Amino acid sequence: MTPKTDLENINPKLYKRTEEREVTTKELDPTIYDPFDAREIFDLIRGINDPEHPLSLEELNVVEERLVVVDDARNTIDVTYTPTIPHCSMATLIGLCIRVQLLRTLPSRFKVSVKISPGAHVSEEAVNKQLADKERVAAALENSHLIRVINECLAGAFTDPKL
Amino acid sequence: MSSENPAMPTLKLVQVLTGHRGRVWNISWHPEGNLLTSCGEDKIIRIWGTEGGVEGKWVVKTSLTDGHERTIREVTWSPCGNYLASASFDATTAIWDKKSGQFECNATLEGHENEVKSVSWAKSGQLMATCSRDKTVWVWEVAEEDEYECAAVLNAHTQDVKKVIWHPNDELLASASYDNTIKMFREDPADQEWTCVATLSSHTSTVWSIAFNKTGTRLASCSDDGTVKIWQVYLPGNQEGIATPDGTPVWKCVSTIAGMHSRCVYDVAWCHQTGLIATASADDVVRIFQESLDSDPNQPNFDLVASSSTNGHKQDVNCVAWHPTVAGLLASCSDDGEIRLWKFLEGTS
Repeated sequence: MTPKTDLENINPKLYKRTEEREVTTKELDPTIYDPFDAREIFDLIRGINDPEHPLSLEELNVVEERLVVVDDARNTIDVTYTPTIPHCSMATLIGLCIRVQLLRTLPSRFKVSVKISPGAHVSEEAVNKQLADKERVAAALENSHLIRVINECLAGAFTDPKL
Repeated sequence: MSSENPAMPTLKLVQVLTGHRGRVWNISWHPEGNLLTSCGEDKIIRIWGTEGGVEGKWVVKTSLTDGHERTIREVTWSPCGNYLASASFDATTAIWDKKSGQFECNATLEGHENEVKSVSWAKSGQLMATCSRDKTVWVWEVAEEDEYECAAVLNAHTQDVKKVIWHPNDELLASASYDNTIKMFREDPADQEWTCVATLSSHTSTVWSIAFNKTGTRLASCSDDGTVKIWQVYLPGNQEGIATPDGTPVWKCVSTIAGMHSRCVYDVAWCHQTGLIATASADDVVRIFQESLDSDPNQPNFDLVASSSTNGHKQDVNCVAWHPTVAGLLASCSDDGEIRLWKFLEGTS
């Protein structure tokens, strides 16, 4: 990845942040099994910073709650994301950030798939294949430079946007 | 319910081996079957053995640390059983032996630009092969003691090479790649140049692993496309009338096991004693396939005869390995950090 001085997408369209989720009394009751839902997964990834803008993936509409599909019983989570522009060179890095965030926060029973929204990127197939290859993802995560970049993007994921 | 000899074949869990931290990538039986090695993301090679023969309890005998700086992807015994080769994401392959009384790394093979994914020894023990994410396959000659010379750098694949294996009794090398193909290489006797002699195309995504049958006339391959394919060699002048241009053997896909794995198939192992095929899948299941007795050798059918339903791995299964001498004994390892030993039991019916 070559460092860029110029922003690829100078003036991205901004989207509104989602309201904070209300925690119900049912969710707080430890005797009731509370399966993971799309909103909870979305909350884990919407605060991730874009690698080139001081904005979250949610604000850039890269991730959307409606594009998160969770099947708690079958241990599957499918996240589809939309790069801001079809030739975005950060597409793989953004997908990797989403993957790493879910890898770190979710129970290991989950099979997570992260893919580009169909038609949203010129190298959609190649990026999807790379993100699905756990061996290459594992090797990438042993790269100290790359992990630093990813950690920077993920640092924002847990900060309360109101603070 | 009697567990030893049920009516249907079963895969019985024998033991769970724990000790690795994180994902276990690969396991390999010693050719005599008295030792099992394992490796993974914790950068440690563990050598397991038993007190009272293979049926005894398996425990860690030795742990090899400090050989690699990054994940150890694969570990393989030499055919003589005196050497152990380990392939690592640190771009090197280490050769270990026990000449000093305990296992030590006495040679490190360098040259690949990045992660080494697989390492394999030829039957003679005189040749080795490694492959890497740098898209190349390297053939190494064992020159003298602890001396390894690169005999060829093969650039035939267009992507990350996942696996290399040698033919069980010929100096024919097979490799599987992220470019969806399998390739075969051999040395041209005329000029001693290693060349690609076959490209096997049919899978629609990454080919993760390959395994020859006992005689080397068939090859099983497994892929991210969720299928296992069986390839058969047709020699020049074959009775079936399969064309062999240039007088070179042709490998043809004669069977596809589809719809059995719900996710990527990471490994396939072909038992040289029983002919059973085991698969390791990202759907957490170990499956056993057997060729139907009445199937046409040129269009064989493989039936699912057993699988790890309960007591199975909790995450992706990465590798399966049949014991070299005890028929039906199988080892598997997983992202859940565990190694499981299984016994395939024939049904009574």
